[in-house]
Amino acid sequence: MFPTPIEKTSRSWQISYQIILPIVLIIWLLPLIAVAMFSIKPDSDFANGNYWGLPSSFEFFSNYGKVFFESNMPRYLLNSVFITIPTVIGAVALSAMAGFALGVYKFKGNLLIFFMFIAGNFVPFQILMVPVRDLTISMGLYDTVQGLVLFHIAFQTGFCTLFMRNFIKALPFPLIEAARVEGVAEWRIFLYVVLPLMKPALAALAVLIFTFIWNDYFWAVVLTQGPNAQPVTAGITEFNSQYRAAYHLMSAGSIVAALPPVAMFFLMQKHFIAGLTLGAVK
Amino acid sequence: MAFATTPTASTNRGWYKRNEIAITPWLFLILPILFFAVYVIIPIGQSFWISFHEWDGLGEKTYVGLANYERLLTDDRKFGISFWNNLKWLVLYLLAIPMGLFISLFLNQTVAGIRLYKSLFFFPFVISQVVVGLVFSWFYFPNFGLFTVILDLFGLEIKGGVLGNPNTATYGIIAAGLWPQTAYCMILYLTGLNSVDPEQVEAARLDGAKGYKMLWYVILPQLKPATFIAFVVTIIGALRSFDLISVMTNGGPFGSTRVLSFYMFEESLSEFGFRMGYGAAIAVVLFFLMLFFIVYFLWSMYQDEKGGH
Amino acid sequence: MRSIMKTSFAALAAASIVATAAFAEGDALTGDLNITADMSNPAPRAVIEGLVADFGALHPDLNIELTVVDRDAWKTQIRNALTANAPDVVNWYAANRMGPYVEAGLFEDVSDMYEDGSLEGLDAVKSALTIDGKQWGVPYTYYQWGVYYREDIYKELGITEPTTWEEELANCEKIVASGRVCYTIGTKFLWTAGGWFDYMNMRTNGFDFHMQLARGEVAWTDDRVRQTFANWRQLIDMGGFVEDHQSYSWQEALNFMVDGDAAAYLMGNFAVAPLREAGLTDDQIDFYQFPTIGDFPQGEDAPTDTFHIPSQATNKDNARAFLAYVTSTDVQTAINAGDALGQLPVNANASVDADEFLEQGFEMLSTNAPGGVAQFFDRDFPAEMASVGMEGLQEFMVFPDNLDDILARLEDAAERVYDK
Repeated sequence: MFPTPIEKTSRSWQISYQIILPIVLIIWLLPLIAVAMFSIKPDSDFANGNYWGLPSSFEFFSNYGKVFFESNMPRYLLNSVFITIPTVIGAVALSAMAGFALGVYKFKGNLLIFFMFIAGNFVPFQILMVPVRDLTISMGLYDTVQGLVLFHIAFQTGFCTLFMRNFIKALPFPLIEAARVEGVAEWRIFLYVVLPLMKPALAALAVLIFTFIWNDYFWAVVLTQGPNAQPVTAGITEFNSQYRAAYHLMSAGSIVAALPPVAMFFLMQKHFIAGLTLGAVK
Repeated sequence: MAFATTPTASTNRGWYKRNEIAITPWLFLILPILFFAVYVIIPIGQSFWISFHEWDGLGEKTYVGLANYERLLTDDRKFGISFWNNLKWLVLYLLAIPMGLFISLFLNQTVAGIRLYKSLFFFPFVISQVVVGLVFSWFYFPNFGLFTVILDLFGLEIKGGVLGNPNTATYGIIAAGLWPQTAYCMILYLTGLNSVDPEQVEAARLDGAKGYKMLWYVILPQLKPATFIAFVVTIIGALRSFDLISVMTNGGPFGSTRVLSFYMFEESLSEFGFRMGYGAAIAVVLFFLMLFFIVYFLWSMYQDEKGGH
Repeated sequence: MRSIMKTSFAALAAASIVATAAFAEGDALTGDLNITADMSNPAPRAVIEGLVADFGALHPDLNIELTVVDRDAWKTQIRNALTANAPDVVNWYAANRMGPYVEAGLFEDVSDMYEDGSLEGLDAVKSALTIDGKQWGVPYTYYQWGVYYREDIYKELGITEPTTWEEELANCEKIVASGRVCYTIGTKFLWTAGGWFDYMNMRTNGFDFHMQLARGEVAWTDDRVRQTFANWRQLIDMGGFVEDHQSYSWQEALNFMVDGDAAAYLMGNFAVAPLREAGLTDDQIDFYQFPTIGDFPQGEDAPTDTFHIPSQATNKDNARAFLAYVTSTDVQTAINAGDALGQLPVNANASVDADEFLEQGFEMLSTNAPGGVAQFFDRDFPAEMASVGMEGLQEFMVFPDNLDDILARLEDAAERVYDK
């Protein structure tokens, strides 16, 4: 193990490590601690210049109450859910199919198609922006949740296919051979042999895509407008356009917006990290 | 061919059965490819096409040949600034890799509660860039921003605040971007460190290697796959920088924080932007910049594939 | 020329047509009416919601759908809204700002409404909605620009409302000497600097010159333009403006005036509401017309906000009825009152609310704006020129020494924009 395990070092270093650890963490998370603090401060603290001190009163309920009952926030949150969940399902389903086709079968153009998915995944968004926007408008899906979902599914399929294909490639091929010998139809092999083995990959991708899509801002701005269809990332800035910058409400809104992916991360940590670090280990 | 003229269920199944292995992959691929083609591949072509036109996005397109590129590459200062800023992003964003490595080495221990520490350190990556941008811009605010207050303690002052000063604004945004990106690289290295071969480490230790030497000659070579992924995701992240700029400075002050992706958006879809053709030309340039790295990535994947079979 | 707005507001005041509410004549409407409004700030939001409720009460069988979108976001979103599933009524701005949509055929020609008498009392403001001899929408409100100042601070320093540039500079010196700045401003979103340029240029070179510049008939590198910047620089160099203004939005910049660190704000009348909300009383705020510099008849900025019917709308008859309703006398009086929008009515027969700022603004525009009425920098200049221009103006306010470079850049952009 590297660096040298802490148990094997001097007593004094062991103690200092235990002390340094929380301090470094607090510094690292200072921005988040600040938002959390902002979100429970009364408005008057900002007017009086008490930005970074302790809150002069505890306004958790009134601030978060305003976010939930006096703004469009619940609507935006709901939109985010309606955008994110179908995208996760769609992208995972499509890429499982593509990954299966590319990982199990040998045919001409296999690698070419695979590389197309990978390359497309790295393309800058801006080169897609105008045509995708026009396409969405011409389909009558501009400013709808569906318009965003369709695009997200298509784009995320690239990344997910890379993941799925490599995962399937690593599965024991004899299993599939054996099923074939028994005369099982190919689509049944996919459903009953491969898919059950892919559970970890499906879970990992689902949490990853959930986070990516939940946090998307660019496409939300390009393909939607207003509370009808806009997700929460675009909605937060609404607090900004009121007369005075409402830092406390914006902070509370930010925290509410950040909670779902954070919860997802802590609940599914193992899968999340497995997804992110795909390829980081050989 | 009998089965073609009498399409009964049984003959169909027979034909399908015989060619099942050849047909199945295409059946599985048809939907993903269709989606991907419609939303990704074809739009790339369309953007190339638009870039040869003058178009306000509302009326008719006028073909202008390479005029957009000519203006872009010869006398557009905004483009120059954006391109230069893109380079700054590319170079400085890579700092996330050594920083991530450093933190992962710091955290790669087995003390009580370390798992919670690791996930809390990773936290920033899970949060939307919009939130990160908002928080950092409050930090940087002139007069009352925490960063400004701290600089004050050391007797330093940045005129106009970090984001209001054209000399510091871009660096301020990059620093905000490094926060989640470092967390990402950290998690990559933590996973990589997990699978470092303990025997090699012990062997090297017996040979008297330790500290930097050990890191450089024994550990880092084993972390190569992690470094590779970290490099790729960081480069992509750097070239995609849009959210932070849009939230923190909106390209200002006086356009000093523009990058190509933001400039493109501004020209085509912003309040005063009605130049879709020109915007498309910027996007094409950005695409070629990215293509350089895409090809590198595909090439190394191709080497892997060849080695794997 | 479409961007010239020599609307005589004197005519507005003098006109005396008997008010007949056009909407009342029509039968009750049926079907749908989809309105997309950009009136997202609290007071305007209440106004549009009230309008919809009242119009709905007049036409109980009409199904009205109101969407309020963020005012700043709408500036970029309108083009999508006009091309896809267009609503029946939308908000926008007068003058050159309509240009791209009129040229692309996305706004409905409503000249007929002006001709057949369903829009009485709008003759004076008609020209702001005119492009190529046709009218493309109706105005619903306008407001004056000018200097809003802290009356109490001026009293404390023993200074009065300036009418000439010399007085202005003398005032400012006293204010700076007292440890304050003369003007607050937040240029993060650029347009506030456009307001300053409008006034500096209109006062230094006259309204007509300003409009020539907007039409691209004068070069940015012209000596007269340089003179404008030289005058402006006097205020900058004496520390007349709040520092770090490039980091603030106009709302954030209000705080300097509320806290008494800045003595005045060159702004539109919409600044009054948040100033009052922040606790300033009417004894503490007052208004004066921007002082004169050269010997020119004063021109003023008075931006007009508008309603339009997208040409792809599906319920155009209902939309026309709504437009007539919004501009009718009583409605105009009501929605522009101090407790509503707090701005000026566009209908000549409507009455201006008894609010000290509205009365002063109305008085100024009716009797003391002989030069002409401009819409605003970003509405009078073509889109690309406006965006490049405002960025340059912001840079000038922070680094006045860069002026040569800035002007060269603006002229470069102008050559392209106006196809010189």
